[in-house]
Amino acid sequence: MYKILHKEVLSEVNKLMVVAAPEVARKARAGQFVIVRIDEQGERIPLTIADYDREAGTITIIFQEVGKTTMHLGTLEKGDELATFVGPLGHPTEVENYGTVVCVGGGVGIAPIYPIARALQEAGNTVISIIGARTRDLLFWEERMRAVSDELIVCTDDGSYGRKALVTEPLKELLEERGGEIARVWAIGPAIMMKFVALTTRPFEVPTIVSLNTIMIDGTGMCGGCRVLLEEGARFVCVDGPEFDAHKVDWGNLLNRQQFYREEEQLAIERWEHECKLEGVLSEGGA
Amino acid sequence: MSELTQRERLRIPRQEMPEQDAEERRENFNEVALGFTEELARKEAERCLQCARPHCVEGCPVEVLIPEFIRALRNGDIVEAVRLMKKKNSLPAICGRVCPQEVQCEQTCVLSKKGEPVAIGRLERFVGDYELVQRSCPLESSERSGKRVAVVGSGPAGLTCAVDVAREGHEVVIFESLHSPGGVLTYGIPEFRLPKSVVHSEIEYAAECLGIDIRVDHVIGRISTLDELLEEYNAVFLGTGAGLPSFLNIPGINYNGVMSANEFLTRVNLMKGYLFPEYDTPVKVGKKVAVIGAGNVAMDAARCSLRLQTLQAQESGEEAGEVHIVYRRSRVEVPARAEEVHHAEEEGIIFDFLTNPVEIFGDENGNVVGMRCIRMELGQLDASGRRRPIPIEGSEFDMAVDTVIFALGTSPNPLVFVDAEGLERSKWGTVVADEETGRTTMARVWAGGDVVTGAATVVSAMGAGKQSAADINAFLRGEIDPWA
Repeated sequence: MYKILHKEVLSEVNKLMVVAAPEVARKARAGQFVIVRIDEQGERIPLTIADYDREAGTITIIFQEVGKTTMHLGTLEKGDELATFVGPLGHPTEVENYGTVVCVGGGVGIAPIYPIARALQEAGNTVISIIGARTRDLLFWEERMRAVSDELIVCTDDGSYGRKALVTEPLKELLEERGGEIARVWAIGPAIMMKFVALTTRPFEVPTIVSLNTIMIDGTGMCGGCRVLLEEGARFVCVDGPEFDAHKVDWGNLLNRQQFYREEEQLAIERWEHECKLEGVLSEGGA
Repeated sequence: MSELTQRERLRIPRQEMPEQDAEERRENFNEVALGFTEELARKEAERCLQCARPHCVEGCPVEVLIPEFIRALRNGDIVEAVRLMKKKNSLPAICGRVCPQEVQCEQTCVLSKKGEPVAIGRLERFVGDYELVQRSCPLESSERSGKRVAVVGSGPAGLTCAVDVAREGHEVVIFESLHSPGGVLTYGIPEFRLPKSVVHSEIEYAAECLGIDIRVDHVIGRISTLDELLEEYNAVFLGTGAGLPSFLNIPGINYNGVMSANEFLTRVNLMKGYLFPEYDTPVKVGKKVAVIGAGNVAMDAARCSLRLQTLQAQESGEEAGEVHIVYRRSRVEVPARAEEVHHAEEEGIIFDFLTNPVEIFGDENGNVVGMRCIRMELGQLDASGRRRPIPIEGSEFDMAVDTVIFALGTSPNPLVFVDAEGLERSKWGTVVADEETGRTTMARVWAGGDVVTGAATVVSAMGAGKQSAADINAFLRGEIDPWA
């Protein structure tokens, strides 16, 4: 069992947890992920490592409550335990001194882009970061990102904070103005955002890396549920990735595959919400 | 019962094992074969002729003392039968259920020539099941040696090796990547063929008796490497199996509804997807499922699909669907255990022999809607000794399917080999290891089971685990130093 040592509510739907997992922390590197299972009945879900502390033996995860499992996870508190916490999985980010790089984090994707930006800056890169969310309440880690970036652009879709723009807009401007300088772009966020980042950088021929978050079970190459179509054929996100060349990804296929269990996910959410309501009624009744 | 004459023994028919009715079992995941009662077991035991030179043992990869344990059963001394069984096999409840006895001990049984062999597998299962309840004869280990052995993988090979090494008094730690031990016994073989309660109690019992430490959630190659294990342990055994699925290299394999048998079975077995939404992991089958391949894994996937379809139909009130096994060779070449094929047919699985998929079709949302296949004919013998399937030109036809499950065999997972310099592997990705001893090209590392042979059977993996354990024990006693 893996104890939750600390919990922060970053926004209504974004939560942060620091989990005791010394052996995972010992090896964790930027770009890798863990597989989490809450309890005996739980499913296994991949979550990107947002931070790690080798000395304290902890891994930080940040998740957005989008399905039953993440909603359930969000109800856990400091002191609760997770049944499964496997990692570090996947290849770490290839960190080198490329020169000037852009790190784009959208929504909950700000969490995994953070250790990558930090590692890139430590390696001597000039890091320009763009973080964005639908609205102000969903933004987090602005100061942390600022601390590991030479330049930080913040935007929201609705203009409630920072610049009113999608992350691709400032990215496009950067490429137009300083295209020659920018050696590489990293982007992590919703699949649709990563697709549009890929479309934005493609005409400028800037190598663009995305970290894919697909459905997976074991995370070790066994199930193949995470396979993604690249130009050269199918690859497994868990062992060949999670980072891939954004310009080679078949985004249409990726977006379709994310929808495969939509009905089941909806059913699980309804059931979960019903249970929560019942519990609420019961605890009120008992009080 | 007074001692029977050989003639009388020959007259006793082979005892049938009670089974769940085919109609009934389509609707549940409960075990199909129900096991011998004590009465049936004793009657079957009476059929054994107690050959002076028994051939059955030669057919067993772990050399179970077959005539001896059957004799004890015949005498009504089940505890003694357990004791004799455990001398060679620490997992009889599992082996009794999943070994292909018809091509092993039962094939070499002298009675198989004259009619029907002794039902050794069923008797083994009876003994194993008895012990799981009675716990009459715990495994014991010798005095602590102070030596430490790491076993990577808790499937049949790793478990068997761990037990035999721990019996010698060595400290054993098993590293398992999933959250539950058992390897393919847990994630692959379905509940109705091998109940998970049997797997887990047999493993727990052995681990408890011998003080084996099983560490789940440990992906060797990531959380620590082989090199690091060698720093902490005197010997390492690799029993990581063949976990990597294969897909046909045809267009359309990434449509929704196309999956590996590994994924499908892991959802069903390890994650208990058939109990969704009580369990959180969903598993989806359509109305027309095509399972590609005809090995045991294909049978398992087909039979799980059928059960899920029946349960779905009960819920929705709609008609149940169809499950096809699509195989490029003919019935003769089917690699699955005879009993599995028989059970699959009884349950209503449709077999399409001499048929091979060439393309999968999807709709505008990326969901599978069909599959183009080509008819095959058999040509000359190939390297595997089977007649080579050859496509018949112009024989393409389309099948309407909404689920395609690939069960085409698996290869070793390369994750464990990260930083394992000096560990030689074949071009198929399997570890090169000595057939008799399991020694690899890397000092103090042994390997056995599917990681060496490619996908094979549970008991052959157990046999390999056993051989390696004997070699590791000799090494730790200082009798041999193979890499000196």
